[in-house]
Amino acid sequence: MNAPTNSTAAPVLSVRNLTTSFRTDMGIVTAIDGVSFDLAAGETLGIVGESGCGKTVTSKSIMRLLPEHLTIYGPDSEVLFEGSDLMKANERTMRRVRGDKIAMIFQEPMTSLNPVFRIGWQLEEALKYHTDLNRSERRERAIEMLRLVEIPNPEHRVREYPHQLSGGMRQRVMIAIALCCEPSILIADEPTTALDVTIQAQILDLMASLKKKLNTAIMLITHDLGVIAQVCDRVLVMYAGRVIEDASVHDIFYRPQHPYTQALLESIPRSGGKERGKRLPTIEGMVPSLHELPSGCRFSERCRYCEDRCVQEEPDLLRAEDGRRVRCHFPLSTDRTAAARGET
Amino acid sequence: MTQPVAQPLLTPDRTDGTPLLVVENLVKHFPVRGGVFNRVVGHVHAVNGVSFSINRGETIGVVGESGCGKSTLGKCVIRLQPCTSGKILYEGADITSLSHADMMPYRRKMQIIFQDPYSSLNPRLTVNALLREAIKFHHIVPTSEINDYIVHLIETVGLRPDVRSKFPHEFSGGQRQRLGIARALAVKPEFIVADEPVSALDVSIQAQVLNLLMDLKDKFGLTLLFVSHDLKVIEHFCDRVLVMYLGNLVEELRCDKLHDEALHPYTTALLGANPINDPDQRRPLVVLEGDVPSPFNPPIGCAFAGRCPKVMERCRHEMPPLESKHHGQRVACWAVD
Repeated sequence: MNAPTNSTAAPVLSVRNLTTSFRTDMGIVTAIDGVSFDLAAGETLGIVGESGCGKTVTSKSIMRLLPEHLTIYGPDSEVLFEGSDLMKANERTMRRVRGDKIAMIFQEPMTSLNPVFRIGWQLEEALKYHTDLNRSERRERAIEMLRLVEIPNPEHRVREYPHQLSGGMRQRVMIAIALCCEPSILIADEPTTALDVTIQAQILDLMASLKKKLNTAIMLITHDLGVIAQVCDRVLVMYAGRVIEDASVHDIFYRPQHPYTQALLESIPRSGGKERGKRLPTIEGMVPSLHELPSGCRFSERCRYCEDRCVQEEPDLLRAEDGRRVRCHFPLSTDRTAAARGET
Repeated sequence: MTQPVAQPLLTPDRTDGTPLLVVENLVKHFPVRGGVFNRVVGHVHAVNGVSFSINRGETIGVVGESGCGKSTLGKCVIRLQPCTSGKILYEGADITSLSHADMMPYRRKMQIIFQDPYSSLNPRLTVNALLREAIKFHHIVPTSEINDYIVHLIETVGLRPDVRSKFPHEFSGGQRQRLGIARALAVKPEFIVADEPVSALDVSIQAQVLNLLMDLKDKFGLTLLFVSHDLKVIEHFCDRVLVMYLGNLVEELRCDKLHDEALHPYTTALLGANPINDPDQRRPLVVLEGDVPSPFNPPIGCAFAGRCPKVMERCRHEMPPLESKHHGQRVACWAVD
């Protein structure tokens, strides 16, 4: 397989050929198929795509958080972290990695916090398993973490329950729990989707400043391209279980090579643009069902540039000289993209 | 479908100069019960004296964060919920306290599209039955023409006529929202409240549904109250926007002036907190301190005072009145002169 793009820094995480299938009533469904990428230290990698494209399955597969009895990983799937393959690691090793070295925050902080335990207890739990601090040191560290995520009055807050906090506060607590063992990777799965914009701005701002302080690599999963543009260095675009494009955030927004990326960018209303009140360019049709994937390119049915070859043969994720990757027989040239965007 | 023509903003009324809908000082308080005898222990102040008017053919956006009362406002305006006080005039007639029977003709004229079409469509009825119910009730077309009319409706919202025998659960989110729109259109309404109609949809589907709404608005001359938390969608779709904060209308202005002329610190904060879809224009997001206060026990002065970057002593004691500026802009802020 072609090795993914990378910056100069050595990757902290390398995902190779990650394939995850589920046993369902309707047979085996492959949710993600041959996902490969590297995550460099201190990098913020965005994973973007529509519902059902496999963003969350990718992150949960890396953490091996999917129900074991329903999940089948591909035989050559590899998740290389600190020199070992997490795909082959046993549950004990995984438990040491989760929360300590790779931490995760989820979309809905109310369901990921335990409603019957105090905030402080939940923060200290992670420290109890992953560090050898004693009880009073753990309490001190918990308060310090809450202060780090800018929760006012942390000495008081550690004694509160999740329901006593607002949505933004809960997400801050989740971030505090995720970061308390100083993980080298933070996986944030739609961390701001359930929040209001002013609260989203607070959380994004917080994540950016914490990243600077702790040099954590962040994998940010979102469907919001605005969030991607705001915080990411590099972007993976996923469609129907496949990575279809991988490039720097600047290239994705200014020179998308995959027609899907281009169409996705066009279909969001632009703030302050002159297109106000006009029809938005759309992507006709719907994402194909994972049960009945087309034999050729998975986007071919909705692609405005679709040709015979696209229907017959699925393109590979090819790497260009500049390190970008795109899965398309006819990648868009800069000119075509510029023309489609109405520029000359 | 036809390409819509660019509409002049603040569309002049096509009939006789009176606005289609006038809302005066609308208040909605929800009682909160508690204690041993389950007595009313207080009120949630969902909407606090909001006034505005909508001209025929206009699209007005209502924007604000969760809990600011935007959905409650939408529901009160079409009397899906009774309001505590205030007045709603539809075509000049006061509909605030009409009886159930007297309200019927207005029910046909005013419809609503909900955020989650799955929970608003009866799961036990086929598409055909769903649409037929409303059409028969309001005698929209003679019984013999109902079937043709349903086919026509389904095609209008961009679905295939063979979906008539399907149930709501057989559709994807975007298709279901099209059904919700078909259901609202079935009774030939004049005025539609769209309550977060695209918030639950994926970006590519969101664009499809927004385009559909835009086409239908032109085709049927609809007037829309578009409730959304997404300022980008409102800016794209609406003529004017009402910005709400904690039950209060804090600013009203034209969408094309949104970036240049927004005066209220909350409006500018909302604009600044929205990430721009452009990595080269990356700028620090405007970060407001704190959370929205509880509507159960709202602050005495300006509701926004606790988070406002321009807060003055006066703001904490006195509620600023909504003052008119030019171009029909209205703003409620002591810091604006």
